[in-house]
Amino acid sequence: MYDIVIIGAGPAGLTAAIHARRAEKSVLVLEASSYGGQIINTPVIENYPAAADISGFDFAQSIYNQAVKLGAEIKFEKAIRIENTEYDKSVVTPKGSYKCKAVIIATGSLNRKLGLDNEDNLAGRGVSYCATCDGAFYKNKPVAVVGGGNTALEDALYLADIAQTVYLIHRRDTFRGEEATVSKLKQRDNVKFILNSTVTKLNAEKRLKSIEVTSTDGSTQTIEVNGLFTAIGRIPENQSFADVVSLDKDGYIIADETCKTNAKGIFTAGDNRTKSVRQLVTAASDGAIAATEAIKYIAE
Amino acid sequence: MAVIKVTTENFEKEVLNSDVTVLADFNADWCGPCRMLKPIVEEIAEENPNIKVVSINIDDEDELADEYDVASIPCVVVFKNGVEVERSIGFRPKDAIVELLGE
Repeated sequence: MYDIVIIGAGPAGLTAAIHARRAEKSVLVLEASSYGGQIINTPVIENYPAAADISGFDFAQSIYNQAVKLGAEIKFEKAIRIENTEYDKSVVTPKGSYKCKAVIIATGSLNRKLGLDNEDNLAGRGVSYCATCDGAFYKNKPVAVVGGGNTALEDALYLADIAQTVYLIHRRDTFRGEEATVSKLKQRDNVKFILNSTVTKLNAEKRLKSIEVTSTDGSTQTIEVNGLFTAIGRIPENQSFADVVSLDKDGYIIADETCKTNAKGIFTAGDNRTKSVRQLVTAASDGAIAATEAIKYIAE
Repeated sequence: MAVIKVTTENFEKEVLNSDVTVLADFNADWCGPCRMLKPIVEEIAEENPNIKVVSINIDDEDELADEYDVASIPCVVVFKNGVEVERSIGFRPKDAIVELLGE
């Protein structure tokens, strides 16, 4: 029996582990992939207080070491279910079931996919969700970026320095992202805007060769690209817990700044919670609050 | 066995002409998930003396990356008798990488 099981070893989950261990609670952190969460893809973190120039990898390594040194136990297993009875709780993975007094769900979010046939097969063979991770593979090659938010605009700008041509495909005629970035993109000769359009087909042999783009007027065109960078938002990883905690219409766990869900003794922290600012610092902040609230709950 | 650094020059000898299963880790220094995976790949090399584990830096060996359609890293490719049999992209836990070996 653990005091607290934390699902997810990103900045939110590991911060929760640090706070819970300092209060001498027994802690198990379950992680489905690598510790650190999505921050490990960030080359340089520039907006975290007192750590002005640290790589996402070093940040993740440091917070992981800190949690482990304080005595947090970490298992690389994917939580697939929470069993919540009146008397106790268990978090279930394919390898076991871990009983505990309180749970903190800190699973973060995943990139939203386009939902096209063979999209999964082509991931890493032309289809990408991270321009800074994979951009280097497309030197002087044509690529496309899909999306209308800041991530899509910044990806397009980043790729414009590397790729031969960048097609920016957006389903509307105006962008949700910053106007200043749109202006910068308009000044680039190698950036071509394809508006009121969506990607409807991926054509590939071994790797992506071209995409079919359909306009809102119904016309289609085929564009030869080697890379397709999708930046159409993120989706929270909460579906496995929908039977025990309430989610909003977009799938985020409903909880305010106290990180308390509607289920007693189950808390949530980080990007998968309903909130307005999703940053490293707010994830860490959630972790501290969720741990503190979980400790209070156990004492009651 | 230690991880062997492979380049265009020794790729054929170390990977394609290998008598044993080869696990090839395509990576780069600037890639966070690659650095996460590195100690795991090293452990697999130590624990499986019957296979060969090689590391390919895609910045130095962009021709190899291109030839093997590597367009996202970390990318782990398993070769048997010089032929690709399995591949995984992105960070994967150790179990998942070991499973690719199918030994």
